[in-house]
Amino acid sequence: MIASAVGVLFDGFAYGMLLFLLSVGLSVTLGMMNFVNLAHCSFAMLGGYVAVTLTNEFRWPFLATLPLAFLTAALVSVAFERVLYKRLYGASDLEQCLLTIGIVFVSVAAAAYVFGTVQQSVALPSYLRGTVAIAHRSFGVYRLFLIGVSLLITVALVAALEYTRFGAQVRAAVDNQRMARGLGIDVGRVFAITFALGSGLAGLGGALAVEIVGLDHAFAFTYLVYVLIVVAVGGLGSIGGSFAAATVLGISDMAGKYYFPELGAFLIYFVMITLLMWRPAGLFGRR
Amino acid sequence: MTSGAASEPQRYLEARIRWQPLEIAFWLASLLPFWLTPSYLVLASQIAITALFALSLDLILGYAGIVSLGHAAYFGFGSYTAGLLAKWGWGEPITGLAIAGVAAGLLGFLTSIIIARFRHLALIMITLGFGLLLAEAANSASWLTGGADGLQGVRMWQLLGLFPFDLYGRAAYAYSLCVLLLMFLLSRRLINSPFGLALRGIRERAIRMPAIGAHSPAHIRKIYTIAAVMAGIAGALLAQTTETVSLDTLGFQRSADVLVILILGGTGRLYGGIVGAIVYMVARDQFSGINPQYWYFWIGLLLIAVVMFLPNGILGGLARLIPRRWRSV
Amino acid sequence: MSTPALSTRGLDKSFGSLVVAKDIAFELPRGERYALIGPNGAGKTTLINLMTGMLKPDRGQIFLGPDEITSLPPAQRVRRGLVRTFQINTLFPHLNALEAVTLAVCERLGCAGQWWRKLPSYGEAIEEAYAILLSLQLGSNCYRQTHELAYGQQRLLEIALALATNPKVLLLDEPAAGVPQAESAELFSVIAGLSETITVLFIEHDMNVVFRFARRIIVMVGGRILLQGTPQEIAADKRVREVYLGARQHA
Repeated sequence: MIASAVGVLFDGFAYGMLLFLLSVGLSVTLGMMNFVNLAHCSFAMLGGYVAVTLTNEFRWPFLATLPLAFLTAALVSVAFERVLYKRLYGASDLEQCLLTIGIVFVSVAAAAYVFGTVQQSVALPSYLRGTVAIAHRSFGVYRLFLIGVSLLITVALVAALEYTRFGAQVRAAVDNQRMARGLGIDVGRVFAITFALGSGLAGLGGALAVEIVGLDHAFAFTYLVYVLIVVAVGGLGSIGGSFAAATVLGISDMAGKYYFPELGAFLIYFVMITLLMWRPAGLFGRR
Repeated sequence: MTSGAASEPQRYLEARIRWQPLEIAFWLASLLPFWLTPSYLVLASQIAITALFALSLDLILGYAGIVSLGHAAYFGFGSYTAGLLAKWGWGEPITGLAIAGVAAGLLGFLTSIIIARFRHLALIMITLGFGLLLAEAANSASWLTGGADGLQGVRMWQLLGLFPFDLYGRAAYAYSLCVLLLMFLLSRRLINSPFGLALRGIRERAIRMPAIGAHSPAHIRKIYTIAAVMAGIAGALLAQTTETVSLDTLGFQRSADVLVILILGGTGRLYGGIVGAIVYMVARDQFSGINPQYWYFWIGLLLIAVVMFLPNGILGGLARLIPRRWRSV
Repeated sequence: MSTPALSTRGLDKSFGSLVVAKDIAFELPRGERYALIGPNGAGKTTLINLMTGMLKPDRGQIFLGPDEITSLPPAQRVRRGLVRTFQINTLFPHLNALEAVTLAVCERLGCAGQWWRKLPSYGEAIEEAYAILLSLQLGSNCYRQTHELAYGQQRLLEIALALATNPKVLLLDEPAAGVPQAESAELFSVIAGLSETITVLFIEHDMNVVFRFARRIIVMVGGRILLQGTPQEIAADKRVREVYLGARQHA
């Protein structure tokens, strides 16, 4: 009983960390510019396919593909932002939803066209495979790696936010855009950089996700729902909120699938609706 | 009540809601398929059903400003209700339709109690969540819904005791068209009533409403319930005219599709859903050979193009070509 | 001694360490014309938000006539007769003026929820809306969409919407904000011409207007009421002059 509970907690936490990486960028940019970017997971999917192609076609070591997944997603997102998103910053929720859903449709179809609809996988190096024994229980090495990377990134993000000048500008822009502009902060530039960073993190998350949840052409849709749940429940513009929500959701989902498999994804949707009703602005949200 | 001649403002408001000749021509033209394209009546009835579904979404999205990513929940609920009624022995279409509508309306009312309290992202997420929840539930309850195989054994009786639902689709189209027209007349009256004005107020400036003494949540619950009834009726029509019900009537795909259709035609114009449905369904029929992947590629591009260049949809674009004087709401 | 139309006791509100209202207590006698003045950031609009229910106070009570309304939701307060206008136009852009005011009238009459009869058949409501618009010189423009109206006309429409609710107490938040000097006099003569049964409190920065139209003035600074009095008393008070001319206060 306990053993399986620990296992569920561990796997759930690892899954939660993955969700966190996928969601944190969206939470911050949504909180800053109120721009509903439903195509966020398309960038994650892009990162995943970059990792898959580099390890399978070009025999790159897995770890080397990660920075490239990050960079590709970041650069492509900047292109989209400059060309399309910028024009819709003042537009309604609906228009932003529709534009970005359109992009999701296109990306899913493009992925199917280029890569087919099969499940993809990455070639992991031997040191990331298998399990390791800690305190008489075995834990997956890859999941430990995932948790480690995520925690490192979390610390880096929080430190950057608290201690760097750019971080202060980001916090100001999230808190009160008009005031930040009035103080001379170039909000447009701050947003563009944050957006690239957030999308890059999503790409990294996508690359890391392949081993845990697989990758197919519908990834951009499938994980969009989970990411939106994390963002809505965690609160817009909050790294801590995303972290908490992702952890809760990751563990709930894992626990649900383990203990109540007949319910399927029912539990997660139910948890989301309940949490949102209790706190419509998210656990750590403001408005 | 004022008796005698109507005042100038009254006459102005009256003139704005008068039936335009183009509208009457449109509805007369809807009878043409019986003679011009008799082999496409099944498609025509599908278009009418989709148009009704899109119209129901327009009531909450175009007029009250509620962005719902889960409207198919009510469509599917109505569909399964009508299908189950027939499967269990009551195959009379019209009463089945009414019962399905009421059932969907009840579901709509219950969810509206929650929905009316939220806005922006929380609202979008909750509507999405409800839709996904219902779809999951339907999937799990395969003893009731037939699961992925769909509902079997739906047998409809003759319409009005006279007209059977056959492969040619004559009864199907006549039935769907009549129901669509009826629901359209209802919607038209609703939009042009004080309640319709209140909805537009909510859409235009939600925070001003309490400041004029309006209780917005009550209005939202009402329109959401009405829209759910209408969506349920559309779903029931589908179940009855095709004599099947499948899980995709509840799925996210259907919610997304109807959203695309409404945006394509133009929101807040009552005819937008109908125009969008015609264009979308005809196009889909023409390109039915295509791999569904590629269909969604083009739909995606279309969405992007519509948002960037034609934000008010086809009707919005056309409206810009019409001189201002002749435009109505 | 009749009960005041509107009164508050010990109203407090803070956002963390930022105190926006402290110990606000005043009484608005029936039919009076009060002005609320103070430097930017003094908390004047916040006070209106507190009184109308858009903001919840941390402590204190609000009374409309003899009834306590502290926990009533905003729409209910409007129905009881406590109405405000907004400093920044908060109108319905694509409704025309006639529709907007008719909507407010319908909400008051309770027929805004009726969906089975067409709007033109509600002659009573439409007539009333039209009459209000005429009284504010908006009759000839009432068929134009709100976003097409001139700014000054939009400010008048703000007031029209408030009047449509049949207010007992009217809180006007800088009614002439952004309106050029010449037109603001006109706007204020409209306000001055309002029925004596309506009690009016208006926020204003232009002292000429304040001294002309207000019978008493409340001065707010830094979330507190500095003093209340007749225009003469306020003009003579040293502290008020310091507040407006001195370097002591910040937003």
